[in-house]
Amino acid sequence: MSAIGAVAVAVFRESVRDRVFYNLVLFGVLLVGASILIGQLTAGQDVKIIKDLGLAATSLFGLFIAIFVGISLVSKEVDRRSAYPLFAKPIRRAEFVVGKYAGLLLTLLANLAVMTIALYAVLFFLSRGVPPQVQATWDAPALDPALLKAMALIYVNLAVVTAVAVFFSTYSSPMLSAVFTIGVYLAGQFSADLKRFDLVVASPAAAAIAKACYYVLPDFATFDVKLAVVHGAPISSGYMASTIAYAAMYVAALLFGAVMIFSRRDFK
Amino acid sequence: MSRAAAGAAAAACLAGAVVLHAAQERWPAPDIDRPELLYVRSPAVMARAVLDYDAVAADLYWIRALQHFGAERLAPPDHVRTYALLYPLLDLTTTLDPYFSIAYRFGAIYLGEAYPGGPGRPDLAVALLQKGLAAQPSKWQYMMDLGFVQYWHLRDYKSAAAAFQRASEMPAAPSWLRPLAAVTLAEGGHRAASRALWQQLSEAEEPWLRDSAKLRLAQLDAMDTIGALAERVEAFRTRAQPGEAVTWERLVAAGLLRGIPLDSSGTPFVLDSPSGAVTVARESKLFPLPGQITAPR
Repeated sequence: MSAIGAVAVAVFRESVRDRVFYNLVLFGVLLVGASILIGQLTAGQDVKIIKDLGLAATSLFGLFIAIFVGISLVSKEVDRRSAYPLFAKPIRRAEFVVGKYAGLLLTLLANLAVMTIALYAVLFFLSRGVPPQVQATWDAPALDPALLKAMALIYVNLAVVTAVAVFFSTYSSPMLSAVFTIGVYLAGQFSADLKRFDLVVASPAAAAIAKACYYVLPDFATFDVKLAVVHGAPISSGYMASTIAYAAMYVAALLFGAVMIFSRRDFK
Repeated sequence: MSRAAAGAAAAACLAGAVVLHAAQERWPAPDIDRPELLYVRSPAVMARAVLDYDAVAADLYWIRALQHFGAERLAPPDHVRTYALLYPLLDLTTTLDPYFSIAYRFGAIYLGEAYPGGPGRPDLAVALLQKGLAAQPSKWQYMMDLGFVQYWHLRDYKSAAAAFQRASEMPAAPSWLRPLAAVTLAEGGHRAASRALWQQLSEAEEPWLRDSAKLRLAQLDAMDTIGALAERVEAFRTRAQPGEAVTWERLVAAGLLRGIPLDSSGTPFVLDSPSGAVTVARESKLFPLPGQITAPR
């Protein structure tokens, strides 16, 4: 196994030991409980609402894992000095950082896969026995394969958030890394506003800075297709490919940056 | 303290709390009729505040809109029904999720409904539907609902016919919309056109829409019955002595009726003796009939 793979597997095992996957129980209880209650509260919108809830919970739980595990991935090892003996072995710092990142991605993938199966299972039970003429009025079928597109972009979104967290984790404390990561995440949600900043400020310089921020900050809104998928709006392959490519470039940039910073750190 | 003792103590305290909570029901807190609150009314602010969880936030506001409407409609008679939050909640719902069809259609039916069944604000129903049409310009259902509000609540038959016509020209519109437009234009205000409209809505998939349409059809039947009863009352009045009271009992005694007339909810119709006007009773499920609107709040 390569050094990156070994580090990644170690991170995955550690997340299992740290009971990260307990969130799956909470997700399952939330979804099953909601599916029982929602039929009574929503005037026939139960399938739509379970889809919304399932996708939102998948995204939110993943976000918590990506941020709060990601920020301590590197800094925890450095603070505990458990990384020091590792660097005496034939492993480069770049492999250590990338391995840590890949391990958390593996954890998120396992998490997302189980949540996706759980969501489809609940939707299957919810739509069972519903007459075809009622199903025909839904925007999208209950077991819509397009939900996988939304799940895929949630994963891509989490991959970028994890990369941001790992980047900050290479040179600052977990607390500061959390603040920075959440800050970048929030700013990335409003990037469309930054683009149109010239409409609300008179200063061309401020508008130019805002526009620069728009291009430099990750545009997290672009990964959000939950609403479109739930309403059966088509998500083109071109959109998926360009969004994934954008995320890959951004992740690569962050990981290169993280490796550069981490390689220059003095651990003596 | 041993673990077993601590566990037993925790269980005992929890049991005590449950017993006390159950006992509190004997001394209920004073029931204060306080208005519901909506902390954030700006859809634009809320759309930003919920980040990319807009769909699930829309669902929560939708559930709240239903609960608000239900709570107002089923409130005790001494409660002042305002339905004040119905439009803001539906506005928030549809801003967070612009494709939430059912929220637009719910607003179309109930925002315009006269007090006490609704807030009696057809203008807000129109605003909500126009917002829906801006989001989905080819949604024939919204255009049909717009025609419905103009026909039923605003009694603007020309605009209603135009809306039905536009709806019939939209993609996937059903074939019955075109004749409906023609009937509306030709017989605006006639019950036949109203009945045709409600008949279509009574076949909707949504149970609440079907129930509303059935109630309206029952109201139209009641209006037909009132028309027939008014003729009998008039016949009695022409024969009656000057100053003689006009009551159902007298009409029955005169052989004009077989019994005290009941509406489809089993409530006797009301006969106003001095004027001879017939209408449904306030206690009836059919109250108020169109045009029989009580003073709002």
